[in-house]
Amino acid sequence: MPASQPDQSATDKRWKTINLVMQRHDHRPEALIETLHAAQEAFGFLDPETLAYIATQLDVPPAKVYGVTTFYNHFNCSPRGEHFLEICTGTACHVKGTDRIAAWAQEKYGLEPGQTTADNRLSMVEVRCVGACALAPVIITDGTLIGAKTIAETTDLIEEWLHDDAP
Amino acid sequence: MTAAQILTLTIDGKHVSGLAHETLLQVALENDIAIPTLCCLEGLSNQGSCRLCMVEIAGTTKPQPACVTLIQEGMVVITQSENLRTYRRTIIELLFSERNHICAVCVANEHCELQTLARDLGVDHISFPGRYPALPVDASHDRFVLDHNRCILCTRCVRVCAEIEGAHTWDIQGRGIRSLITADFNSPWGQSTTCTSCGKCVQVCPTGALFEKGRSVAEMLKKRPSLPYLVSNRTREQQ
Repeated sequence: MPASQPDQSATDKRWKTINLVMQRHDHRPEALIETLHAAQEAFGFLDPETLAYIATQLDVPPAKVYGVTTFYNHFNCSPRGEHFLEICTGTACHVKGTDRIAAWAQEKYGLEPGQTTADNRLSMVEVRCVGACALAPVIITDGTLIGAKTIAETTDLIEEWLHDDAP
Repeated sequence: MTAAQILTLTIDGKHVSGLAHETLLQVALENDIAIPTLCCLEGLSNQGSCRLCMVEIAGTTKPQPACVTLIQEGMVVITQSENLRTYRRTIIELLFSERNHICAVCVANEHCELQTLARDLGVDHISFPGRYPALPVDASHDRFVLDHNRCILCTRCVRVCAEIEGAHTWDIQGRGIRSLITADFNSPWGQSTTCTSCGKCVQVCPTGALFEKGRSVAEMLKKRPSLPYLVSNRTREQQ
């Protein structure tokens, strides 16, 4: 397990911010989620080296770090594509048929939840309840919430969104 | 130390007493009242996740898990009723339908707590469609094998590794239906840097999910380690 920063570049600003977060919490194990947030923000994803470094620094067992990372939809262990589509599978959205949006995405882009397309254009995840149940069915396209639309309208909007900056 | 407070209560019509810090399950066991359990194991912390030990308590409409409910003065508890039996049977059926539990070809056949409970509760078929997920088997360890297909996610292995062995090699990755037991950073068990190969996880596993290499069908007889004995010995050492 690497006790030092994976790429050894102490001057790398991104590592500085992560170290700062851990210092601010006195390297207590409770700082885990906060630190993961900082690392995800800095690198865009959490690779095993980063997780190992955080585990050593905070003295948290590796398995626990991995468990926490994979429990939350917010964290991802591999780089995301250029665009990021979140499909809500909470109760209200499920009733309104977001599973059909997921099925549509799978057919059109060959994407299972949690995967990225081969050309790195699009990543898709299922999230459980984004707290906007009144707007079901809800999807989030690059951080923009789309809701209160029919399934057909929603899939059209996804196509438009991906088409806008198509090469 | 202040004298422990003694409380009296009724379980299944029997008047019993226990100490204030005891759980319903402990008091029931002391009085030879059987409550089915699966995730609970003496010597480990209780997390109340399998929900098999649910009991009815007079005055509340919701059943409560006996393993994490502390006793109270004057409690009236029912551990066996038609409702509870239905709940318990359903839980067992759901556990069976979630993974690939094929008793006839399982190393733990005849020595499996899930199988025993199913038999005791009269589960002779499963009313839910099975999911039959394609799950991997991790045989990278020299002496042991982890078969996700038999795992019921009781987390006994996670707790015994973290609490008794102190290695915390195991944890749960993912969430919900996609949860899996995982070693370190999802590395193969054989390459785990924290595992001490003590084998406690294998012995506490209630099913055939963790077993010793070289065991064939029905040959994996688990030696439930005397965890309370281990714990008490260690406490004595530390004093």
